[in-house]
Amino acid sequence: MSTYGTDARPRMGFFTDTSLCIGCKACEVACKEWNRVPESPQGFSGHSYDNTLDLGANTWRHVAFVEQRKELGLDGGDLLGSLTLDHLVADTGLQTYQDGEDVRWLMASDVCKHCTHAACLEVCPTGALFRTEFDTVVVQQDICNGCGYCVPACPFGVLDQREGDGRVWKCTLCYDRLRDDKEPACAQACPTNSIQFGELGDLRDRAQQRLEQLADAGAASAQLYLADDEDGIGGAGAFFLLLDEPEVYGLPPDPVDTVRDIGSIWAAAGAAAVGLGVAVAAAFVGRKR
Amino acid sequence: MSDEDVRSYYGRPVVKPPVWKPEIPWYLFTGGLGGGSAALAYAAGRSGNDVLARRAWLAAMAGVGASPLLLISDLGYPSRFLNMLRMFKVTSPMSVGSWVLVGAGATTSVAAAHALTGLLPRSARVARPAAALLGLPLSTYTGALLANTAVPIWHEARHSLPVVFAAGAAASAGAAATMLTPARHAAPARRLALMGSLVELGGVQAMEHRLGDLADPYHGPDVELFTRGARLLTATGALLIAGAARRSRAAAVAGGALVLAGALAERWSVFKSGFGSAGDPKHTVGPQRARIRGGRTRGASRRIEAAA
Repeated sequence: MSTYGTDARPRMGFFTDTSLCIGCKACEVACKEWNRVPESPQGFSGHSYDNTLDLGANTWRHVAFVEQRKELGLDGGDLLGSLTLDHLVADTGLQTYQDGEDVRWLMASDVCKHCTHAACLEVCPTGALFRTEFDTVVVQQDICNGCGYCVPACPFGVLDQREGDGRVWKCTLCYDRLRDDKEPACAQACPTNSIQFGELGDLRDRAQQRLEQLADAGAASAQLYLADDEDGIGGAGAFFLLLDEPEVYGLPPDPVDTVRDIGSIWAAAGAAAVGLGVAVAAAFVGRKR
Repeated sequence: MSDEDVRSYYGRPVVKPPVWKPEIPWYLFTGGLGGGSAALAYAAGRSGNDVLARRAWLAAMAGVGASPLLLISDLGYPSRFLNMLRMFKVTSPMSVGSWVLVGAGATTSVAAAHALTGLLPRSARVARPAAALLGLPLSTYTGALLANTAVPIWHEARHSLPVVFAAGAAASAGAAATMLTPARHAAPARRLALMGSLVELGGVQAMEHRLGDLADPYHGPDVELFTRGARLLTATGALLIAGAARRSRAAAVAGGALVLAGALAERWSVFKSGFGSAGDPKHTVGPQRARIRGGRTRGASRRIEAAA
């Protein structure tokens, strides 16, 4: 963050602890209200309680609902049994496991990850996408010309072009609120503290403790997602505690910043260009007719 | 995909399909035609074949001239097209390509104007080699542009796509000049068309082979027609050029038109395959899971390993 010099601020982010999510969608509503995001009617999906379906130009928070038919207990095994489940609920405030009907219900509020190595920002030809003093990634709407390159570049499918507007929109991590030392609207609205906002370092410590607490209680499939710098995007400003594999929530298990390969991509394009030149020259070698 | 146990969220895509409109596959074609033709025109001029050079500059002007119109029309906010030139970013092939296209457009215009009217002789002496040189990356950077995304069928073909596009550019430039030029001056154009067609046909085959299961979208319902059509058109056109274009003007025109159509269909095939590839979570998640299982990466999840 040397760009900002003395104006640089600590890196801010979200820790979304999906084990505390009750699927109320207050985050979705608060985000739309504060950021004046247009409506996104997508009809009735039939996918549990999820009619938002994905992140996009008009959905900057998206609550996923996963219904899993599993043995009551944990992770499909009856090793620990429902006693452990009661223990989990009592001791950790775990909301996600639903009692009865043998259904395990996972809920998770997804959001832009504000990647350390953000492909959207790197491929943006206009500089509309930029990194703020909080180390978050924001689209400047007065610069974006709707080229759409960031849309398929994002390994999480976060960005999209807004219909009738032509520009690309996404979560700003409430840049305006951050500048006024306020927390983002979704985090403020979350009634269970599933969405936690703060300095990234603090959030990571807190998340590690939470993971250990859940693991001790028997939630073996609990996992932190994008919580350190060792992944394909160099870590994220918005990371998650998940109770199953990422792809179950629609998240990629090994997201990679496509620009990591830009060296070999340019090498291939350069070699191909040279090859084209050689072919043109070769066409003039030999017979005239 | 062979891996049937890939899990997903209601089968919904993980990455977003492109928002690009039909202008983009057309541009992939016109950029290659223009860039390849500029190189051909310059080489023809250097070898003293002015009949061929003049016509190739015309084709270059047509390709390079149509390109910015297509690109601006594709923008979601076209009145801001100049924002493309706010900066120069090597991490963005679109940024690099915008500058290459500006340079190619300016130099090709001067070269073509001189070739057709004799005006601007001194500027043309500088513009011709510059246009030829810029035409080469103009033909291949689009492969880098598509490869530099999270769309599996493009990113995993990142070393093949520029080659396929370069071959398509050679085939297009050779074919256009074969159509426009009297046969006895068109030998280099025919040779370029044939070389390009052969490498294009072999290149897409090799690309699909290397992609394995990820190449399935090339044969999806909306794409198959373009994939197969491209090969059929290119192969037929190349045969016609190789067999009869030296003697028959009609064969030269028909063969050239078929190779051009083949190159265009190939760009459409590549473009359309991206939608099926991005739209299927198996194509995104499958290879990522395989990387993690194979120990080549840790992935993005961290668990606490069971102590005892």
